[in-house]
This record gives sequence, structure tokens and C-alpha cells, in this order.
Amino acid sequence: MKVNVKVNGQNKVFNIEPGDYLLDTLRKENYLSVKKGCDNSSCGVCTVLFDGKPIKSCSLLTAKTEGHEVTTVEGIQKEADKLSDYFGAEGADQCGYCTPGMALSVHALKEENSNPSDEEIKEYLTGNLCRCTGYQSQHIAIRNYLEDK
Amino acid sequence: MKINGYQTVKSLEEAYNLLNENKQNAIVAGGAWMRLSSKVIETAIDLSGLELDQIVETKDAFEIGAMATLRQVEKQEGLKNLYNGVLSKALSKIMGVPIRNVATIGGSIIGKYSFSDVLTPLLVMNVELEFYKKGKISLEDFLVSKDRSKDVLVKVIIKKEEAKAYFHKMQKTGLDFAVVNVAISKKADTFKIAVGARPSLVKFALEAMAFVNDAKEVTEEVILETALIAGKELKFGTNSKASEEYRRNIAMAYIKRGLREVIK
Repeated sequence: MKVNVKVNGQNKVFNIEPGDYLLDTLRKENYLSVKKGCDNSSCGVCTVLFDGKPIKSCSLLTAKTEGHEVTTVEGIQKEADKLSDYFGAEGADQCGYCTPGMALSVHALKEENSNPSDEEIKEYLTGNLCRCTGYQSQHIAIRNYLEDK
Repeated sequence: MKINGYQTVKSLEEAYNLLNENKQNAIVAGGAWMRLSSKVIETAIDLSGLELDQIVETKDAFEIGAMATLRQVEKQEGLKNLYNGVLSKALSKIMGVPIRNVATIGGSIIGKYSFSDVLTPLLVMNVELEFYKKGKISLEDFLVSKDRSKDVLVKVIIKKEEAKAYFHKMQKTGLDFAVVNVAISKKADTFKIAVGARPSLVKFALEAMAFVNDAKEVTEEVILETALIAGKELKFGTNSKASEEYRRNIAMAYIKRGLREVIK
């Protein structure tokens, strides 16, 4: 079946199987910043924005994106670059596998809540796991970024 | 899970007919939990085009379209005050925001998932489900019903009531399913106690409810006895997450805490 979807502002037509999940479709179409991790809705490395809201692309059927808009980290390139400076300053980035998903969650948080508390930041980022940093440095980097935005 | 065909329907009638055309046809709600299933779906029916994602507040109730996401329900301002916000609080602790942006209230109910943190708080509220053909049925009746006929859930109706409620769950991590969960509500002098993730489907602790509802005053002794009765009457099980004994003891502890909280 064919699906018409806007990815990072560009209209695309994907040929998919009815049971394909968005994660696999995006990677097949070379959106390789969308990482494959647990593939069971836990780790968050496959996070993308679906009509501006963060979702785990391994949990959404591609067929459901018909007529909708999907954003990967390339779609928020400027903001991701800026955020990476804050991550770098705090040593919050090691292997980098979780970073694209985390950047998209931070973007969505900023859109939804321009002045989140520490607790709200933690709560919003619950779905993005990182196996390198222990979260403290990331939390500081994200808080600094949101305060300076 | 394998899906052989996919159809976005234009009406409830089309959805209902397609659903009943083949035993292996099924409605895809959010689809977030579908990966957990190993079944084969001949035609997946998508209700996305039917505008069933609206939440309408009426004088007496909140009418939540079956396709509203858990995140939409969690953020609905009016629901944050109903039963002192127990539903919003319970939903806010499910997995993470990205999953709650996909999972729907309808899918979370229809699945009758044993791990559900949605059904447990809803069961202690006054909730009706509205199906396309069957009409309205209480959530309680739906959960115990053996009726296997297939219908389309249209909306979830939560009646506005002056009541207090409590919800708590035990989970290993913020992204894990509950090991056990407990919800309690108190409307006037009537208590409801529901225990879920036992690890089977949520259930009322009916004998414990009868005991506490008959008590002239809810003293500390009554609270302790109520928890003991619930621990004895409900079946708990063992799986990789926790033992039967652990679940029973945690549930009893939460029932005590919950009762103390709702009588404050």
C-alpha cells in the first residue's frame, strides 16, 4: 500500500506493508538518525515528532501517518545544533545513540511548556533512555538550554 | 503480529460491518500495544478519520472519544479535578509522553489488558462505555462480560461526581508495566476498591468493599481488616516480575494507604 506523508517538510510517498512500523519505514527510506534500539516502545531512541508531538516510531504503524507530518532530528537541525553545544558543555553526550530522540523530546517539551520545572523535565524525558551518562549531566544541559532559549 | 490488509473507514457503520465480516478483522486504535500480540489480523480497521478523538464536557459528564490519546485525557483540565484528579495522575505515570501520545483510551479499555493502569482508576469512577450497536454498558459489566460479539467503542463517559480517589502502583522502573496497582474511591460513604495487574485483569475487592461500606465508622481497625479481607479474597499470581505473595502484600499495603487518604 502507498502512504502520503510529509517528512521534515517534504511530501513523500512510501510503499509499505500494512503491518510496517514507522521506525522501519523511516530507516528503509534512509532517515538513519532515527535509531533502532529496543524495538518494543521502551528506550526512546526511535523518537520522532508526529504532527509536532513526540512518539516512539516503533509503536506507530506507518499506515497511520497517511496525511500527517513526521519530523526527524534533521527537521529541527538548527535547534539540535544549539542543544548539542549545551550537551557538550556538560559532557552529556557520549556514544550519541540516544541524542536525536532526546533532542526531539526537548523540542516538544519547549513547545508544550516554555518554563518547565526540574520535575517536569524529568517527567517529559522519562521515555528517553541513555546508557552512558546517568542523566544528571543531560538534565543540567537541558535545563540550561531551556533557560537560555 | 501480522497485518495483511489496512483500511481507513469513513463511517461507524463501515467499521462495524468490516469488523464483523471476518473473524480476523480488528480495529487498530493507537496500535501501541499491538506488537505484544502474536495474532494475525486480516484487515486492520483504522478509525482515525471519524473524529473520535474529541473530549466533550457536558453538565453531567466527560465524554471522551475512543480515539483520544492517553495524553489528551491526561491533559484535559476538567478531568484534573474529577475524583481529585486520579485519572490524570494515573495516566501521567504510564510509560512516557511518546507512548501516551499514541495509545488511546479506547484501545486501552477494549484490550482488557492485565497490566492496565488505565482500567484500575476508571473502575472506581462512574464510567459507561458507548458502543455503536450495543449502546451503553457500564465499565464494570464490560470487564466481567463473556460476550464475544464485536462492536465499535465510540466513547467513554465519565460521570461527574463529588468523590475522592486514590491510585498507586508498584513498578520496577518508570517505563515498566505495573507489578500491581490499586485504586480506591469514596463517594459520600461508599467505597470502591479495585486491584489490577495481579497479574490478571483488574477486579473489585467485593468482600472488602462490603465490609468497609457496612462499618459505622472507618477506624484504623476497620482499615486493617478491610485490607486483610481484600488480600484473602483476591487471587494473585506469580510471574517474572513478582511473586504472588509479594503482590498480595503490596496490594494490602496500598489499600490501607488509600483508605487512609480518601477518608482525610
